Amino acid sequence: MAGKATKTKKKKAPKKFVPNIVAFACNWCSYAGADTAGVSRIQHSPNFRIIRTLCSGRVTPGFVLKALKLGADGVLVSGCHFGDCHYIFGNYKAVEQFEKTKALVKTLGLDEKRVRLEWVSAAEGPRWAEVINEFVEQITELGPSPLNHKKKAKK
Amino acid sequence: MQAIIEELKKSRATFCLECGKCTAVCPISYSNNSYSPRRLVAEGLFYGFDELVDNRLLWSCLTCQLCSERCPVDVRYSEYMRDMRATAYRLGKSGDRSHGGALHYIMELATSPKLKQNRTGWISSANQSDKGLKVKKKGDILYFVGCLPYYQDFFAKDFDFSPISIAQDTVRILNYIGIEPVVMDNERCCGHDLYWLGQLGQFDELSSLNLKEIEKTGAKTVVTACPECALTLKKLYPERSGEVSFEVKHISEVVADNIDKLEFDHLEMELTFQDPCRLGRYMGIYDQPRQTISAIPGIKFREMTHNKNAAICCGTTNWMNCDATSKQIQYRRLSEAKSTGAGTLVTACPKCQIHFRCSECGEDSQKVDIKLTDYVNLVAKALKR
Repeated sequence: MAGKATKTKKKKAPKKFVPNIVAFACNWCSYAGADTAGVSRIQHSPNFRIIRTLCSGRVTPGFVLKALKLGADGVLVSGCHFGDCHYIFGNYKAVEQFEKTKALVKTLGLDEKRVRLEWVSAAEGPRWAEVINEFVEQITELGPSPLNHKKKAKK
Repeated sequence: MQAIIEELKKSRATFCLECGKCTAVCPISYSNNSYSPRRLVAEGLFYGFDELVDNRLLWSCLTCQLCSERCPVDVRYSEYMRDMRATAYRLGKSGDRSHGGALHYIMELATSPKLKQNRTGWISSANQSDKGLKVKKKGDILYFVGCLPYYQDFFAKDFDFSPISIAQDTVRILNYIGIEPVVMDNERCCGHDLYWLGQLGQFDELSSLNLKEIEKTGAKTVVTACPECALTLKKLYPERSGEVSFEVKHISEVVADNIDKLEFDHLEMELTFQDPCRLGRYMGIYDQPRQTISAIPGIKFREMTHNKNAAICCGTTNWMNCDATSKQIQYRRLSEAKSTGAGTLVTACPKCQIHFRCSECGEDSQKVDIKLTDYVNLVAKALKR
């Protein structure tokens, strides 16, 4: 029985698309929110890599484009709710930067849905799980990024 | 060691007399004492590449060619810098990429073969506002747009100007002359910046993708409104990938050739002209833009002290190492333009305009208060409707 099961698994495994998602989370809200989700043992998709930034306003188009270049299928930028920013106006800056990012991604011919801006506070563990699940589902639907051509990674 | 000497010979660096003329004219050395082209050549010759690749100043060079213009033995300093940077890049070194590297990542992403860009929206958006732009899919004359759609996304909001209007006005001028240009849907970055940053592998990928795309349209002449694209298509593609099947012209050459077909309105303005380094020193196009500007009735043209082959660069190239030195170069250049008494500085390169506009966004003490416009925008504005 066990032998059979592994055989079928091996056959199916390469076909299924597992998205690679990079999540930029701000130190003060979203990163703590992700922590809350973990501490409260909320089950959510594991297909994302989280990168902590001091503020969501720090995430410039360059960050997102680099993630896409290095093989991400989707990029999530997450910060504090308006009025909650540790640096007062950081998340307004994030909106400004994100609009540029979105425009660039669109011009590059990618679906706008591959990048997303969200606000998650430190207490919103369940919301973090919800955002991640929703985003993973969205990217799975969109399929792999057309920019991911398999080549030997150069520095 | 032999390989290094061979490489140094290519850019004629081994001929250096150490006379120091390059350092005397270098716009960076003027503001930043620690930078000296002569010293960088000497270091490369005496110590080899190993020490130089770690030097941050390696990425400061503007490759503006002003030093080579003065060099008595014709050391090709920009090429020397390119080779040094290629070595440094191979070792995983890089300078400071301005704008968080966003523009470099766009260039690198453009090497992806499956890329399907969405970059021709500007053609239809212009249609609504006036008579419309006529472009086609196949033909003899191709308009190579360059990075303008990306600049529109990236800079338009910050600087209150529309880079894409340069593309729209170029097509407008070409239509006025009676040319219906081809615009490619999936044209990629020309790779100019990657070339001068020593990322030659990626440059070759871009060049082969672009050459294939151009070949598909059957174009015999490629027109561009960006001096960097013009230089890359005209000189760098043949240098790296052999013969190309088309002729390359900057829009100022096309306008100068067809000047009798253009009718201008009266335009009351006092102007001065910034020679972009790629258009001037690299390609030797000095007179064509000046002729056209002087042909517009009502325009008073004033020349800056440093003009034509002595023109000073706009302060940043390849979106690298933008720092206080760059700002000082820009301030100095804009002040020079202002001192001619002209109210507007015309430049033929979109990047020059972006850099100068950025300089004007700074503190009040660093503002020169001079209007900036692109050569193409000026000509299109003067055209009789």
